[in-house]
Amino acid sequence: MSKTFKMGGVHPNDHKISNDCAVEVMPVPSRAYISMSQHLGAPATPIVQKGDKVKVGQLIATPSGFMSANVHSSVSGTVFSVEPVADLAGNKVMSVIIDVEGDEWMENIDRSSDIVRDIKMTGEEIVARVKECGVVGLGGASFPTHIKLCPPPGKKAEFLIINGAECEPYLTSDYRIMLERPEEILIGTRILMKALDVNKAFVGIEDNKPEAIASMKSFSSQYPEIEVVVLKKKYPQGGEKQLIDAVTGRSVPSMGLPIDTGVVVQNAATALSVYEAVQKNKPVIDNTVTVTGECLAKSHNWLVRVGTPYEEILQLSGGVPENAAKIISGGPMMGKAVSNLKAPTVKANGALLILTEEQTVRKPESNCIRCGKCIDACPMGLEPYLLNKLARAGRMDELEAHNVYDCIECGCCLFTCPANIPLLDYIRGAKGEVIRIMRSRPKK
Amino acid sequence: MRNLIISPSPHIHSDLTTRRLMRDVLIALFPAMLVSILSYGFSAVRLLMVGVLSCVILEYLIQKFILKTAVTVNDCSAAVTGVLLALNLPPCTPWWVVFIGSIVAIGIVKMTFGGLGQNIFNPAITARVFLLVSFPVIMTDWTIPQGWISAGTDAFSGATPLSIVKEGLKTGLTPEQIFTAHPSLSCGQMLFARIGGSAGEASALALILGFIYLLVRKVIKPTIPVAVIGTVFVVSGIFYLIDSSSFTGPVFNILTGGVLLGAIFMATDYVTSPMSCSGQIVYGIGIGLLTVLIRFFGAYPEGVSFAILIMNAVVPLLNKYMRPARFGAK
Amino acid sequence: MTNTLLFTVLTLTLLGLVLAVILFFVARRFRVEEDPRIDEVESVMPGANCGGCGFAGCRAFAENAVKAPSLDGIFCPVGGNAVMKKVAMKLGVEVVEKAPMVAVVRCNGSCENRPRTSVYDGTASCKVKNALYSGDTGCRYGCLGCGDCEKACPFGAIRINPETLLPEVDEELCTACGNCVKACPKGIIELRNKGPKNRRMFVSCMNKDKGGVARKACSAACIGCRKCEKVCPFGAITVEDNLSYIDFTKCKLCRKCFDECPTQAIHAVNFPPRPVKSASAPSAEAVAAKEPVLPKAETTVTEKKEE
Repeated sequence: MSKTFKMGGVHPNDHKISNDCAVEVMPVPSRAYISMSQHLGAPATPIVQKGDKVKVGQLIATPSGFMSANVHSSVSGTVFSVEPVADLAGNKVMSVIIDVEGDEWMENIDRSSDIVRDIKMTGEEIVARVKECGVVGLGGASFPTHIKLCPPPGKKAEFLIINGAECEPYLTSDYRIMLERPEEILIGTRILMKALDVNKAFVGIEDNKPEAIASMKSFSSQYPEIEVVVLKKKYPQGGEKQLIDAVTGRSVPSMGLPIDTGVVVQNAATALSVYEAVQKNKPVIDNTVTVTGECLAKSHNWLVRVGTPYEEILQLSGGVPENAAKIISGGPMMGKAVSNLKAPTVKANGALLILTEEQTVRKPESNCIRCGKCIDACPMGLEPYLLNKLARAGRMDELEAHNVYDCIECGCCLFTCPANIPLLDYIRGAKGEVIRIMRSRPKK
Repeated sequence: MRNLIISPSPHIHSDLTTRRLMRDVLIALFPAMLVSILSYGFSAVRLLMVGVLSCVILEYLIQKFILKTAVTVNDCSAAVTGVLLALNLPPCTPWWVVFIGSIVAIGIVKMTFGGLGQNIFNPAITARVFLLVSFPVIMTDWTIPQGWISAGTDAFSGATPLSIVKEGLKTGLTPEQIFTAHPSLSCGQMLFARIGGSAGEASALALILGFIYLLVRKVIKPTIPVAVIGTVFVVSGIFYLIDSSSFTGPVFNILTGGVLLGAIFMATDYVTSPMSCSGQIVYGIGIGLLTVLIRFFGAYPEGVSFAILIMNAVVPLLNKYMRPARFGAK
Repeated sequence: MTNTLLFTVLTLTLLGLVLAVILFFVARRFRVEEDPRIDEVESVMPGANCGGCGFAGCRAFAENAVKAPSLDGIFCPVGGNAVMKKVAMKLGVEVVEKAPMVAVVRCNGSCENRPRTSVYDGTASCKVKNALYSGDTGCRYGCLGCGDCEKACPFGAIRINPETLLPEVDEELCTACGNCVKACPKGIIELRNKGPKNRRMFVSCMNKDKGGVARKACSAACIGCRKCEKVCPFGAITVEDNLSYIDFTKCKLCRKCFDECPTQAIHAVNFPPRPVKSASAPSAEAVAAKEPVLPKAETTVTEKKEE
């Protein structure tokens, strides 16, 4: 029996057209733009200057606060400048621009393809290495991994869940690495288990990926402490709270963290980065990016160096087709529309999705017919129709009373609304404002 | 390359539209319409035609010339109201009564509140109750016109099963005696073929067929109909067990007097029913309870319309207090 | 029959009496003492309840005006000096006159000046659009054109022109309540002195990018060339972060900067058209003296007047 989460959810067509495209290594760009904001929290502080020579894997920026992460150079060459560069939304972000010369790696990185199975480090050493290598959650939120590996005092993790759900339509990067590098992911899982000191880990994979399940299961059989859990295909299964619900049946309390239920969730791609960081001393300098869309002649799964401009990736994938209307960084449900194609990739970029006008243009909004489909679709048990109304009227206290802060911005409500009401547009903004108001209140 | 489109996520939409939902309701009503046309012939055709056309045209005229807003008859909701109104009237209703009903449904109940999604009461039910109160004679004239199939019998020529029973009980007969006197009141008869009553009640089976279609297409959830029918069954069952000499049995109560039509198509109207599951259960139970109470103790032989109307008024309250179960609530 | 009538009348009268007594005591018990001056002050307020004064509506304004020791810092932008004078009279205090203000839109990125680089397909709300990305033009400082200011204005004084997609202020209706200033996520709208004869100068641009970048995004952008700063005889103009700003408390409306600006980012509003373009621009006083017949003509020099 496939498991799934209890509440809400939708079933978009999965469009996994790039399933059978093996991961290709993308050529190193001629100039890399490495953003200092590749993680949740404060941007990193650059420690290189214009004219400095850097190697692949060299540390170029250090954390500027508790919630921050190291950034490494993904290329070798000369620092062209350290200046703000427009990101995918056109907003300027401090970046290190490097003119690429050759491909010279730091000597301490093990570049061989041998799989290192022995975990020699202790838990603390693992956390330190993960922090040093700038590993962040690659599921989308880019939460610095080393912080997740250090539960707050008084809390102890019982389980580790590896997120291989990849519930977003179109995306296949996690699928491909689970197919191509299952053993490394499982070793990464064991490393994470050691760091967290837990004895049980689950790998959650949706049932629309039977090959990935088979490939992961074939290796997980040697590790009794790791169990592959088959999940019923439903969006947003990959949401942290939904995944915990699906796998363990536990509910993360409102405003709480997964650790409150004794669970830590890491993405499959993060587990792979952890393996590379701990066993190979390789910082996060590249990641798998799916380039897909029905309008493309051929879809790709690329291994891309961090900081490669989108333009270059699209060029190497056959160019942007004439009928392309929207380019999305990430999946169609939660990804961000790209307005600036010169923007570079960041660590957690999982995909570039190209949609045509027919696929993506919003239909005109009509009256709410109070069908309640948004309530049925909401995986958090909220009332999107009501939150939307309250948000439009700016009634913050009522929004708080209706738990707008629980919204995970999965987009199920807008996806399903028969009247095409842009429910999430307003709710998203109101959620941020309500959380800000709540934080500004003196604590009791 | 042309300018890219930018919008907040999500970037895709399900193919669900208001129009599709309304069209599915029309399709679900098709078996009931067909049976009523076959049973009542041209009268039923006229009834449906007048109902649908007047509702659609009225909505168009009001939006175009009075409100001067975008015309939304394309969403099929006016057509659904028209069909439901027609199916809720006696097959012989004169065309002008249907037309007045449409004015009430569209003009007064729907448009004055702001159109689709804004009305508090179900337009078709309100119109039916309005007509019942305004034209009691016409609205209880259950003469059965000549149909194309002549199943069943005219033994009860013109009275609905419920009114037969009500009248019989008044004269001191027990339900059992009434049923023996009127063999056409058997459950089999009511399930498959014409019984006296509204145009839409010709066959319970046709309505159940529509219900299954709505469930398969996920237009509605079974919550409300099951709650309504279940409550009618249980409450009338309790009364029947207490005193079978003055109350009719549960199966009879479900199959007559528009319980099925009301529970499946009228009570589930999106606009006028609660949005959360718990609210829908309370709403359904309320309708079922009120229906039985009106039937057994009220002046009218049947009470589904009144029950729905009363519960419609409670919906805003239910929406406010019966909130959906929340993820991670303490 | 008579008995029935009698009983009915008696019961109802009795009921009425009992309820009246209850009401009387309840009203006395729960009576709220209020300063009668609050009502008096409220009666002279405009009653727009716009919140432009910083209080929640006119009643709250009156309460605060009565409570406060002086009227310093309490000002009704809608009623202006006239209403403030009346309020001061009711309260028996002095009030300092304030120069009338008006909302000014500091962006000239019309569709013509500022080519679109993407198509926005989300909710028509500047707030939502601003949270999403930098905007559908090359300029990330400029107007987003979704009309949050229009929705925020309680007086219908600011409207998006469908041709330019920029908001335009009707200075007759604008009361400088500041709602639009708060609503604009880009901070484009500023309350400025209405100026003598409604004439005023301002830099209609918020672009802080370097000259070349700004110019590429919008042909009417301030490029931070500092020509205006140099030419201003009153030191009213400062250029910071590649953006010029005219301090309206210092500006004497000489229009030298206007002539100097290479991108026409500086706007001069309500000045009469100049008869001849002379080498040295005449001072504002001279212009006003020369053309006393035309003071009411509201001509925006650089912009086409709406309708």
